Amino acid sequence: MSNNQADYFQLFNLPEQYAIDVKLLEANFRKIQSASHPDRFVNAPASEKLASMQQATLSNEAYGTLKNPARRAKYLLERRGIDAVADTNTALPMDFLMQQMEWREQLDDAKQAKDIESLERLYLQLRAEAKAMEANLGELFDVTKDDVAATELTRKLIFIDKVCADIQQAIEYLD
Amino acid sequence: MALLQISEPGMSAAPHQHKLAVGIDLGTTNSLVATVRSAMSTVLQDDHGHALLPSVVRYAPDGAVIVGHEAQAQQSNDPTNTISSAKRFMGRSINDITDRAHIPYRFVSASHDQNSKALQIETRAGLKSPVEISAEILKSLKIRAEKSLGGELVGAVITVPAYFDDAQRQATKDAARLAGLNVLRLLNEPTAAAVAYGLDNAAEGNFVIYDLGGGTFDVSILHLSKGVFEVLATNGDSALGGDDFDHRIYCWVLDTVRETNKEFAPLTESDTRLLLTKSRQAKEWLTENFEAQILCRLSNGILVDVTLSAEKFVEITQHLVIKTLSPTRKAMRDASLSIEDINGVVLVGGATRMPHIRRAVEDYFQQEPLTNLDPDKVVALGAAIQANILAGNKNDDELLLLDVTPLSLGLETMGGLVEKVIHRNSTLPIARAQEFTTYKDGQTAMSIHVLQGERELVSDCRSLARFTLRGIPPMAAGAARIRVTFTVDADGLLSVSAREQSTGVEARIEVKPSYGLTEDEITSMLKASFSSAEEDKKARMLAEARVSAGAIINSVNLALQADGHLISAAEQEAIQHEIKRLETITQADDATAINQAVDALNTATEAFAAARMNASVSSALSGKAINSLEV
Repeated sequence: MSNNQADYFQLFNLPEQYAIDVKLLEANFRKIQSASHPDRFVNAPASEKLASMQQATLSNEAYGTLKNPARRAKYLLERRGIDAVADTNTALPMDFLMQQMEWREQLDDAKQAKDIESLERLYLQLRAEAKAMEANLGELFDVTKDDVAATELTRKLIFIDKVCADIQQAIEYLD
Repeated sequence: MALLQISEPGMSAAPHQHKLAVGIDLGTTNSLVATVRSAMSTVLQDDHGHALLPSVVRYAPDGAVIVGHEAQAQQSNDPTNTISSAKRFMGRSINDITDRAHIPYRFVSASHDQNSKALQIETRAGLKSPVEISAEILKSLKIRAEKSLGGELVGAVITVPAYFDDAQRQATKDAARLAGLNVLRLLNEPTAAAVAYGLDNAAEGNFVIYDLGGGTFDVSILHLSKGVFEVLATNGDSALGGDDFDHRIYCWVLDTVRETNKEFAPLTESDTRLLLTKSRQAKEWLTENFEAQILCRLSNGILVDVTLSAEKFVEITQHLVIKTLSPTRKAMRDASLSIEDINGVVLVGGATRMPHIRRAVEDYFQQEPLTNLDPDKVVALGAAIQANILAGNKNDDELLLLDVTPLSLGLETMGGLVEKVIHRNSTLPIARAQEFTTYKDGQTAMSIHVLQGERELVSDCRSLARFTLRGIPPMAAGAARIRVTFTVDADGLLSVSAREQSTGVEARIEVKPSYGLTEDEITSMLKASFSSAEEDKKARMLAEARVSAGAIINSVNLALQADGHLISAAEQEAIQHEIKRLETITQADDATAINQAVDALNTATEAFAAARMNASVSSALSGKAINSLEV
């Protein structure tokens, strides 16, 4: 699917900015799915089934992207021609890298000790960290419009999401 | 198979004619069929007033195939030819059935096809696959429904455990096709239950469906809002159910008997079946009683007479109850919800009648579970509601089911690792593409191994299919760009295609899981099941082709009338041209030519269909959405 060209914000009638009205996103997602879901086209000709499948797939992808703060930030940057996760884009401040290593160590220790409670605590701590970053991202994207700073913060957010996913996975294996 | 609705030539069926559609709960232990009549979803009964059809199939000595109660009654007498719980073996290989020593069937690894890993069961009627056995159950329900409703069915919604993997879903769809059913949709059992429950109670908020059936466990968390049923997360265990509780009792009985009978000989197949049946009865008895007596005489003359207390039953099965809580916690984590966010917990499946299951669910969610619907029937009732809508009887814009894929899907990469392409709990339908590259200089082929599961190692995931992409132009290692696309449709079924793109050379292949039946196998089985002559088959195919030609011409004409302005006059003319062509070809008696002309008309209308879709999405969003933007 070459959905990269599609404008997810326009699809949901939302202004292209970081701060979004989540309730409106959800409502419009449901409206689009109501009009396009394959369940509405079970008896339709193949061409209409295909159009339904493509539209429903696109809106699922677009909804998932805009709803998740890190993916939304990454997508906004993509729209401006910036690849936040490109290999060339490695500059992250030393203190954040140190911080990240510390989280990884905590994760490994808790995993070794099969300590689900510690893992859950670390997870909540990281979510709080991410929440603060998301507030800052709104400022950088929508107010000061500082793409360089927004890119760096987006990269941090993606790192945190990655660690969070690993914590979840560790909890799952231990559970 | 096309829908068999034949009206007089030149006349289309009345638009508001009620179409006969059913929901089928194809269960491990029991199966049901339901339909919507006079706006009410009802379970259809057999001639004896039974709603539940035991999922038991017997291949009798006289060649007859017997399904249901009658087959169940013969289980102990004829254990190897009387198959129950076939659902447990759907889409499974012989190695997946770890407890087969305790199952009185003769399992065989399918040998007819080297690529197929599906198991078969040896019966007096020959080798039978779980797909064929399930098809017998579906056929029986189809006959019941057509008799009861007085006409041919246009289609059915068949339910599957939410945690079924792709191979198990594909096998279920194959069974329906073998039974001659037009599958409107495969629907996840907990989602079906949520529909029945939610509509009945006008429920809003976050609901947990805890579904412990005969052989499968599902837990789904849904957000219900104004007729939209959005699955937030699902999890489960497709090899855990009420059967396992029977089995624990069975093992306990054997251990108990061995204590007094040291020289207890190995059991015959009949003895195993008899003891399993007695164990199931004891389990059911213990739902409302403090103890159950298990009394029977084995073939070697030994008398089994033991009493199982409710307390002991809890003790020997508590680990199974605990086993359901781990998937429950996983689903809650995936949905990012905590216990306080849950507005209700619905119990589904006969096994949830066990008091210690109810206690465990109540303890975990800190609220009394909802049980005001019959846990045996709720899935079929929900499936019937969905079938009624999908058949087009009700233009219900208010009801929308958004389901998810239960397990992650990925590909094998270097070092035996799995690269996930689609993550579990992604809303369906979904398509995701990922690029891969070659490992060696001059590599012209690439082996693509499709896997399903959450673990990192290939060996820990379920292998769905392998295929080879050939014809890659020789290039330096890492230069080729192979784009692999995974698509999961609204039935939860996967298709994978791969394409080399850097040079524009295309190689494409669609995969089907190695546990399913091949297209040829289905065709030959269907052929064998038609008693009619070759002539009749041709006539049937021609009639079907004409029906679908008439249907598409009708629907394209209506679309042109309504939305022709969306495309240019030239485009309209091109479509009209294809319609004319199809109309001419339909006059002749060539089914293949008609089907080809139908395909051509479909291709000619693709851009038009896309334009109509865009227009319909815009109009769905107009009004409120635009107003709120202007604020």
